[in-house]
Amino acid sequence: MTGSEGAPDPTAGDGPDDLVPERSAAGSGPLVVVEHVDKHFGELHVLKDINLTVNRGEVVVVIGPSGGGKSTLCRSINRLEPIDGGSILVDGKELPQEGKELARLRADVGMVFQSFNLFAHKTILENVTLGPIKVRKRSKQEAEKHAMELLDRVGIANQAQKYPAQLSGGQQQRAAIARSLAMKPKVMLFDEPTSALDPEMVNEVLDVMTGLARDGMTMIVVTHEMGFARRAAQKVVFMADGQIVEENTPDEFFTNARTERAKDFLSKILTH
Amino acid sequence: MFDFRPFFDNFDQILEGFWATVRLSALAAVLSMIFGTVLVSCRVSPIPVLRAFGTGYVNVLRNTPLTLVLLMCSLGLNDELALKFSGSNSTYYWWAVLGLSGYTAAFVCEALRSGINTVPLGQAEAARSIGLGFTQSLRIVILPQAFRAVIAPLGSVLIAMIKNSTVASAAGYAESASVMKDILDQPSFTSGAIPLFIGIAAGFMILTLPTGFFFGWLHKRMAVVR
Repeated sequence: MTGSEGAPDPTAGDGPDDLVPERSAAGSGPLVVVEHVDKHFGELHVLKDINLTVNRGEVVVVIGPSGGGKSTLCRSINRLEPIDGGSILVDGKELPQEGKELARLRADVGMVFQSFNLFAHKTILENVTLGPIKVRKRSKQEAEKHAMELLDRVGIANQAQKYPAQLSGGQQQRAAIARSLAMKPKVMLFDEPTSALDPEMVNEVLDVMTGLARDGMTMIVVTHEMGFARRAAQKVVFMADGQIVEENTPDEFFTNARTERAKDFLSKILTH
Repeated sequence: MFDFRPFFDNFDQILEGFWATVRLSALAAVLSMIFGTVLVSCRVSPIPVLRAFGTGYVNVLRNTPLTLVLLMCSLGLNDELALKFSGSNSTYYWWAVLGLSGYTAAFVCEALRSGINTVPLGQAEAARSIGLGFTQSLRIVILPQAFRAVIAPLGSVLIAMIKNSTVASAAGYAESASVMKDILDQPSFTSGAIPLFIGIAAGFMILTLPTGFFFGWLHKRMAVVR
């Protein structure tokens, strides 16, 4: 834990109740549907006929060996990576082409990056309020009030006036989560959110994510943190060589994986 | 030989010339920054027509001698095509401003483009992921960081521009260099050319040295810490 820096309270499950968007009238079917998605990087076939359904409030953890297409899948869901074939639906609507429509969709899909990607020339508070002010057209006061609630929730309210480079990695990643939450997204994508962190900072970020999962946020998490997968996920997706090899509940997957490829992977990471 | 009398005898005229230089370069500085920013936005835009325009503009202007650009403005556009800003001599001032700004903008654009290359790709991805469009990402996230990365090189571009403003004398605008030439052409002028050159050179340094120091200081102050 971070000692004096006010690590997030793992029991903060009953935080501000406006974190998770209200279930809209249209919102009945699954939130994210990935169907027959294919993608190539030149010669490399990185996504091979991917099918995945994520229901509302579900936490899906994507694990697997490096280069297996996990990050690419995660990034294609808000079209940071365009796909070559198949379709991706978010809340019943197909991903639009580049343009205003796509920007609107991205505002509803939160994204947390491995390297945080906080805006380096803006303070933490400005980072969190930028989207609500410029995209959601909220007033500055309203946006700042909400931002401070979120920063408080992730345990870094006292860092609000600092610049990203003045914060530790764990604090930066928590700020980045707050920045995504400020848009009140329907679903949050996490692309290896703890892989760039020092070991002692991993937990402070995972605690925030566990709290979010408990609050019913729909999450797709690419991670190597098996503890988080067991604790917070409803579904584990194992990807290797551009394919979804196994889809299972965490309990089943970690104790009794169905496929040889998954067993092999687990034996390599769980034995030391 | 080192007789500074011609310099001080014509001091009023020289001051007037420098005032004309300042009026020309100050406005050209502002306009070239604006044009340059618009140009670089074109060059990185997702729209192919705009990208082609930006690339074409920069390659033409950057590879044309400034004398030609300014003569094209004054003799070509103003005199030949009668595209005049006003009936009086001030039309040459405005053409000089436009020509010098348009020329310098190509260099501002290229400096800014190298600045954009210093901004990590993740910054643009994060901007897009919170729903900012291309123009918003560029204006709010990318360009502010790009500018800060190239403040010192932009200072060099501006210094070059201030010195380049002497070329406007060829295009009918009476600034410091044309005043110097007038003095040298006076029938009464017999000696003291070197002191005159030194005096004019010092005048330019009074304009350019602080520009360089100011931009160097600003560069350090505004640097984005990553």
